[in-house]
Amino acid sequence: MSVEETIKRIQSQKGVQGIIIVNAEVLICNAGIPIKTTLDNSNTVHYAGLIHQLVMKARSTVREIDPQNDLTFLRVRSKKNEIMIAPDKDYFLIVIQNPSE
Amino acid sequence: MGGGVEEWTQERTLEKPANQLDLSEEELNEEITRILTSNNPHAPQNIVRYTYKERTYKPMSTVDQLAVHCVLEGNLIHKDSDEARSQRAQQGLIKGQYTMQTSLNLSIYKDEDPGEEAVEMVEGEGGVNEEMGDEESNVRKERKLKNQFNFWDRGSQTLNNPLRCTMYDVYTEELQLQEKNKEKQRTQSSKEDKRETKLLLIFNYLTSFFFFFQSDDISKLARVSTNMERMVVQNIFDDIAQDFQYFEDSADEFSEGGTLLPLWKFHYSKAKRLSVTSLCWNQKYQDLFGVGLGSYDFTKQGSGMLLLYTVKNCTFPQYIFSTDSSVMCLDIHTKMSYLVAVGFYDGCVAVYNLKLKTMLPTHKSSVLSGKHTDPVWQVRWQKDDMDNHHNFFSVSSDGRVVSWTLIKVLKEYVYIRYTLSLKRLDALSPEGAETVDSGRCIDFHKEFDNMFLLGTEEGKIHKSSKAYSNHLIQTYNAHNMAVEAVRWNHFHPRVFISCSYDWTVKIWDHTVPTPMFTFDLNAAVGDVSWAPYSSTVFAAVTSDGKVHVFDLNTNKYKALCQQLVVAKDTSQLTHIEFNPVHPIIIVGDDHGYINCFKLSPNLRKKPKVSLLTLSGFPVK
Repeated sequence: MSVEETIKRIQSQKGVQGIIIVNAEVLICNAGIPIKTTLDNSNTVHYAGLIHQLVMKARSTVREIDPQNDLTFLRVRSKKNEIMIAPDKDYFLIVIQNPSE
Repeated sequence: MGGGVEEWTQERTLEKPANQLDLSEEELNEEITRILTSNNPHAPQNIVRYTYKERTYKPMSTVDQLAVHCVLEGNLIHKDSDEARSQRAQQGLIKGQYTMQTSLNLSIYKDEDPGEEAVEMVEGEGGVNEEMGDEESNVRKERKLKNQFNFWDRGSQTLNNPLRCTMYDVYTEELQLQEKNKEKQRTQSSKEDKRETKLLLIFNYLTSFFFFFQSDDISKLARVSTNMERMVVQNIFDDIAQDFQYFEDSADEFSEGGTLLPLWKFHYSKAKRLSVTSLCWNQKYQDLFGVGLGSYDFTKQGSGMLLLYTVKNCTFPQYIFSTDSSVMCLDIHTKMSYLVAVGFYDGCVAVYNLKLKTMLPTHKSSVLSGKHTDPVWQVRWQKDDMDNHHNFFSVSSDGRVVSWTLIKVLKEYVYIRYTLSLKRLDALSPEGAETVDSGRCIDFHKEFDNMFLLGTEEGKIHKSSKAYSNHLIQTYNAHNMAVEAVRWNHFHPRVFISCSYDWTVKIWDHTVPTPMFTFDLNAAVGDVSWAPYSSTVFAAVTSDGKVHVFDLNTNKYKALCQQLVVAKDTSQLTHIEFNPVHPIIIVGDDHGYINCFKLSPNLRKKPKVSLLTLSGFPVK
């Protein structure tokens, strides 16, 4: 079951507004650069940059408390939609969904 | 010549300068006190500073009175200051080097017992070295004081304020590398290997470096994307998830009966024309269940499918296996929950390993290894045998009960079989031709693993043991048509249940040849299953689309729930299974749909008396 198919399926689910895959390298300075997206360019860059910082903060919070723990998922629910972020070692997967649509 | 003396005797007249003050006698006699202070006459006396507290300019009362007349910088330093100590150490070093050299020379000239003497001298030097080393390190320690030329700016360092977790990561990586190196050193000691490993390491480094900059490879996102899909689906089906967890039908307090709350529906688009031939919950991951898809129709045989769904994602299966022949039965191993045994319509059996990422089974029987000649109707995993080999039983219409054991012999798998063939004891056919009973379903006793029940297409149930290969212990004349399912009770050691297309469900005590209970459900019964939480609750599905749930503790004659769950005239229900821990059941029909229902509280009543399992321990 390839990643491409899964992402296509997510895209076709009800209420999904966009999917962004962001590079998450820490040491090299190309962090927070979107690799693949279904949204328009300006929004993508906006989301990628802001969410990158948020995820770094969340991850450091979890790991400072217990270094063997790690962040697996982050959901930011707002009035209009929900931003779901799944971090990996090298990439983030961000999905913006409006569940009540 | 006498004129000079005369000059001396002349009166001296007072000469007043022109600008001298004219003072009176009194003023001349006035005493004026002059005070010697240490104030600097040149220091300003009217300095004013702005105070932020009072927001005004205020005169400063105290002013610095220091007047510097002369400044001379000297080059004397205190003997105990840092600088002095470091200078002394430096001088000492230089001296020490000189002494070492001289001692070396001495050793060369000595020449008596050069071995020992040399060693001693070396050791002595070593001692001297150590002392020097200490001083050096001291010097070095002290040299680490920051000065304006030796100070590193924070901004030019690689990582500012690194998080504790990143340092932990780096440390663990280093540890792992070191361990790997140690192992490599242990295993490889030859020089050639060292060269190879060095080359490998360099290659690895280069490739990783290369990929570091070039990798846009998102295949690492597999796990992350499945998680994300489940979250998205959970958002969409949020109300169902909430119902699953929290909904309890309050109408149950007022009536004896119960209801089934519909939850998720599972359907795979490529399995449209196939019917559900078997269902099985995974014992370890209790949200995962397996579905076998195929066709019961003899004329419409085609391909089949094995799907594994999780309750967390009802839109798409987790595992998909396509097969050439219809899947008729499946069983998931209780302990090794990644092993799935499958029986096909063409008589083969296969074992799939979910951990491997291949679409093919890891083991498959063939004509050579003795596959069945008729469809395999049921497979059941057994406990590993004494040599820790996995084994399972299969039942087929060709009248054989075969035990397959997976043994690895010289890197290949061999299947050893034990067969029980069901020859009819009373040969009614002419010419003494042997006929066999066709097995349809099998169930092994929960406690006495050797004993099993076998349902046949002729409607009989045979009780036998693995110890006998040709002998049946007892036969029950159970039904008029083929026995679709036979199951031992999870708790009571003597009770089992059977169902058949002859519209009946019967409950037996294996010591008694006639059934204890008979229930007529007005339609062909496809499957029956005991509940895992109670010895008196069971559920049956019929071809008119109804699910019947009974609780013998509450009502011995009538079902507590008889609910129509699919459209009446179009689908028939084929199989039903209770989840081991959650109060849900899955029901499969002949259109490939699997429906999941939640049992209402009346259907989930556990008996008040503590249930003992067969071995005498109380049920959790």
